[in-house]
Amino acid sequence: MYFYLKNLPASSQVGALFILVFGLLLIASVTSFAFSIKEFSDEERAEQRRNNLQSINGILRTSWLMVVVFWLGWMTGNRVALTLFGLVSFFSLREFLTLSPTRRGDHRSLVLVFFAVLPFQYWLVYAEHFDMFAVFIPVFVFLALPVVSALANDPLHFLERNAKLQWGIMVCIYGMSHVPALLMLHFPGYDHRNAFMVFFLVMVVQVCMVTQHLSGRWLRSKAVAPAISSSFNWPSWWIGISVASVFGAALAGITPWVPGTAFAFSFIACLAGSFGHFVMKALKRDRGIPSWGAQGRSVTGAGGLLDRVDALCFAAPVFFHSARWYFDL
Amino acid sequence: MLAKMMGYFLLGLVRVLTGAQARWHGCPPKAEQRIYFANHQSHADLVMIWAALPRELRHVTRAIAARDYWTKSPFKKWLTSAVFNVIYVSRDRTSDEDPLEPLIEALHNGDSIILFPEGTRGHLGEPQAFKAGLYNLALKFPQAVLVPAWINNVQHVLPKGEVVPVPVLCSVTFGAPMHLEPGEDRRAFLDRARGAVIALRDV
Repeated sequence: MYFYLKNLPASSQVGALFILVFGLLLIASVTSFAFSIKEFSDEERAEQRRNNLQSINGILRTSWLMVVVFWLGWMTGNRVALTLFGLVSFFSLREFLTLSPTRRGDHRSLVLVFFAVLPFQYWLVYAEHFDMFAVFIPVFVFLALPVVSALANDPLHFLERNAKLQWGIMVCIYGMSHVPALLMLHFPGYDHRNAFMVFFLVMVVQVCMVTQHLSGRWLRSKAVAPAISSSFNWPSWWIGISVASVFGAALAGITPWVPGTAFAFSFIACLAGSFGHFVMKALKRDRGIPSWGAQGRSVTGAGGLLDRVDALCFAAPVFFHSARWYFDL
Repeated sequence: MLAKMMGYFLLGLVRVLTGAQARWHGCPPKAEQRIYFANHQSHADLVMIWAALPRELRHVTRAIAARDYWTKSPFKKWLTSAVFNVIYVSRDRTSDEDPLEPLIEALHNGDSIILFPEGTRGHLGEPQAFKAGLYNLALKFPQAVLVPAWINNVQHVLPKGEVVPVPVLCSVTFGAPMHLEPGEDRRAFLDRARGAVIALRDV
């Protein structure tokens, strides 16, 4: 079975993978629907079940969306995939900045970020200027933006406003753009299969987050930092990371790596992803909101996209640059 | 045709930039004659509330716009009349005619209207005191339902003096309908209406 799959042409392999993933998602969705029509005599338990199902449905919806995005990206080529990821960057940055209110003086910087920095960063990925792509934001943009803001002649909370803007760019543009950048890496003997790398990273990080979330519910251990997150605790964190890393090792067949290497890289990605999610929780607490979206109840009307992709935004750059450095690509 | 295309383009633009989310707290979107009244902080308010309404209501709901500003250039005039189908009101009181005349006509035709009772754009967080127009209309059309609305965040999209908008999530919150109490004083009613709009900021 393994060798049969290994010897298929790349496109059939990717196709088989998508069939598998769509099948799994379908099963999960049907199961969740079946649970949702089950009746409970006890009102309190029913309420608890409803809440559980709601959060699981949220995760399922995101997974569907992600898989459809990847499928579209794979079907239509790198250019479309990059555009789609660019849109995700755009919308998550929109969410981030809405909840970190800026002042009038930042207007020009914001225009620059959304309509110049973001497209240019993705163009750099597309053109495979990897050295420039890695330094464009930290070196050039972080110098240019404060200048534009300072020219607006408003010193109030200057450092704070700039810090917020830079954080938003770092997470939503810089981090996110490293996911499709994996499509452009040239591993020796691994042509036309780069879609697998994106898939690998997203799956591993997603599995880590879901496992951590579910085991946190199940274990109910003491939270590490209850003021920041009531659910983040070491046992479930370890479970999430180990399960996802083992899962990553099992997926080694679709990567250019042997299981040991795949395990190590999954571990690195999950480490960055889960801590990144935790850090974003701290930011949300600072803003006094439970999530970026709050299911349409928040006054901003944010869709909560950032809640779903934040782990990926932290995992992708770490994963990308460690792989690039280690294999000297 | 061109106006329709422009309408779709603006709708898409507003959705991409702001999300244009409508939050109905207190009343559902419904095809009855309504007077929506909202805070006013930016020219984009008009587009925002227009985009937040469901498509069925958008056609029968007309916003009020100042004639002197919105008819200044041919493009502005075309935009407001052909795309948004606004009702122009004159802000200068030189003529003897009642400035509410066009509004009364629209309400007689059965249209719903969107009113910014502050009369002009505010710069502070809180809306300014409401002008008497809302009271007069409520008195004249007791059957029209008065719906307060709070437009959030729009001033960040396009601050005064800027030309390129930035993406920020905005929302329009519609509140519970209110009525003019029998014998209610004008000032008391206007303050109550303003309070209802401000209260929507925090729901």
